[in-house]
Amino acid sequence: MDLSLIIMQLLSGIALGAVLVITALGLTIVFGMLGVVNFAHGALFMIGAYAGLYLASLTGSFWWGLLLAPILIGGFGMLIEYVLIRRLYGRSIDDPLLLTFGLSYILVEGVRIVFGSDGIPFPTPPQLIGVLDLGIGFFPRYRLFVIALVAVVLLVLWLTLEKTRIGLIVRAGARDPTIMQVLGVDIGRVWLAIFGLGVGLAALGGVLAGPMRSVNPEMGSLVLAEAFVVTVIGGLGSIVGAVVAGLMVGISISLVALFAPEMATIVMFALMAVVLLIRPQGLFGIRGRTA
Amino acid sequence: MPKSGSTLKISRRTALAGLSASAALLAMPRLGRAADETIRIGFPTPLTGPFAAEARDQVKCAELAVKLANDKGGIGGRKVELLVRDDKLNAGEAATRTLELIEKDKVHAVVGALSSAVQLAVNEVTRARGVIYVSISQSDTINEAKDFSKYTFHEALNPHMTTAAVARQTLKKGMKVAHLVADYAYGHEMLRGFKRAQTAIGADNVGEILHPFGAADYSTFMPRLMSLRPDVLCISNFGRDQANAIKQAVDFGVKQQMKIVVPVILHNQRLAVGPDVFEGVVGGANYYWGLETQSKSAAAFNAAFKAANGGAIPTDYGAYGYAGVGSLLAAMQTAGGTDTDKVVDALEKLQYDLTKGPQHYRKCDHQSVQPVLVLESKKKSAMANDNDLFAILANDTGSDDMLRSCSELGHAT
Repeated sequence: MDLSLIIMQLLSGIALGAVLVITALGLTIVFGMLGVVNFAHGALFMIGAYAGLYLASLTGSFWWGLLLAPILIGGFGMLIEYVLIRRLYGRSIDDPLLLTFGLSYILVEGVRIVFGSDGIPFPTPPQLIGVLDLGIGFFPRYRLFVIALVAVVLLVLWLTLEKTRIGLIVRAGARDPTIMQVLGVDIGRVWLAIFGLGVGLAALGGVLAGPMRSVNPEMGSLVLAEAFVVTVIGGLGSIVGAVVAGLMVGISISLVALFAPEMATIVMFALMAVVLLIRPQGLFGIRGRTA
Repeated sequence: MPKSGSTLKISRRTALAGLSASAALLAMPRLGRAADETIRIGFPTPLTGPFAAEARDQVKCAELAVKLANDKGGIGGRKVELLVRDDKLNAGEAATRTLELIEKDKVHAVVGALSSAVQLAVNEVTRARGVIYVSISQSDTINEAKDFSKYTFHEALNPHMTTAAVARQTLKKGMKVAHLVADYAYGHEMLRGFKRAQTAIGADNVGEILHPFGAADYSTFMPRLMSLRPDVLCISNFGRDQANAIKQAVDFGVKQQMKIVVPVILHNQRLAVGPDVFEGVVGGANYYWGLETQSKSAAAFNAAFKAANGGAIPTDYGAYGYAGVGSLLAAMQTAGGTDTDKVVDALEKLQYDLTKGPQHYRKCDHQSVQPVLVLESKKKSAMANDNDLFAILANDTGSDDMLRSCSELGHAT
């Protein structure tokens, strides 16, 4: 087996991992800061793809769809937090879980009613159609763009959380919300923003995945499972964990596909089982956090 | 005033006569009911899940076949009713629903199922209870002796037929062929069919990659497939897997290097990903509405479907629903009712032409011998309208030569 094939395979693994990272990130941030396991994350990913497609056809440009859909759906996420989830803080972890689980059904059925249950074509933006010659092989331009965009989003997110005052409040709020309230911070607003961010990231993942897959009402269910596997491997609530685990899963799937393609899906679950046996809290998780 | 007891004295003889008369009275409406009792046909199909679009088309067309029969006054004066059940693309669910249809709803026959594994589960149930089952799912195994029973009929094409027809149009001696195959019954059967056709033609197999059923991402298979440098890539999977696999292959520039071929090209998936992605892809089909220029039956079927569905056109999988139910009803008409043995006999002798040309069920395995189409997806600029999806490359008239022989399938000849 020649080296260029393995490098190409690694690259497709990274592109696959990039979408996993962006979806798992939203899930893990919401859990880490709010303690909410968002089962509607996959449905919101799907809604994001539909919103991106709709906005792109409305404005005539993919780029407006890519920019506006996460903002719009993020806003919708804030509405969900304000109207529904807020009422369940302080109760058992199962309550928001059940609520979002029910919500996911409503969203999927809603889309089926409005757009039908057949898939809809999501054209690749004209600037990114085709392949790029990397010298060792050809790789789709669009997938290279996805890798780059996810890297930028991660950088911005990291800088915001680590280097700004808002990031400081958010990190402190995750540690001890009571103290933050004593210090005069309106923690409710912070939570609202965090939930909106998590949902916005799901929507961004949906728009990015749109031109690679067919857009249909069920596209989120598989993504939800993958995002959960990634967050569990990385450690629930850990941002670094989501990034490392997302890339790890993407690359593992890709390399296994080279040698035993029919095992490509199972490898992700096998990886999760091994991690859980050795480090039950996940690679970057904090012990006791998941309880 | 006479005492009532004396006048109403009932002898044993009159009592017996009275009893038998009232028994006859009770029995008569029953006999009457049996004659005009509705004919119930069970129809399990995956209304939810990845094949929902195809399943809905099946239901629409099955309902059309029932409606047309009822409009003509039913079968021997009896109304026909279709009982649609969601099998959720799950073998266990399908078996439970089928059992309910038979035991609770007392259906006279079952038609349906879309997935090859699910149809085998339905067949297990119907076969054990001696109920006629007309399968409209693509499968080779249902023809084989171990899954066969006199009650089992197969209206759909089977992988052997479609792959052979597609291979004849696309493969040549000495060509290099690679396969991307869904790792379950359907994919394996299609792969087997292609390889058999390949060997007969003299094309070389350069590699096979199995992918998990229902995968959303196929990018990880592409570098390897491209490195095999085949002339033709056969993608043997179904539903959204087909759409996603072709779309991602095109993203990776596969079409610049090789031709993409599929055993069955799906109407709904072509709609779901658009003309640019499918352009030039070749695949087999049981039906395409554009056949109406070549076939009177297709024109009549299209017209009936359009009238019932607001001008829409019937799809490939829809046509299965229509022909599956339609052929069964035609046999019931000949048999004069729902007596299972008579209907089985009538189905075996039936010559029908409902959608695309003459068809009949082969005696030994009850496989429908029928025309096979080979279609090529049109370029966007070559489409006359939104429904003008495919060009018909071939329309092979049905013949027994298309099928594996009865003895190869393990049937007594």
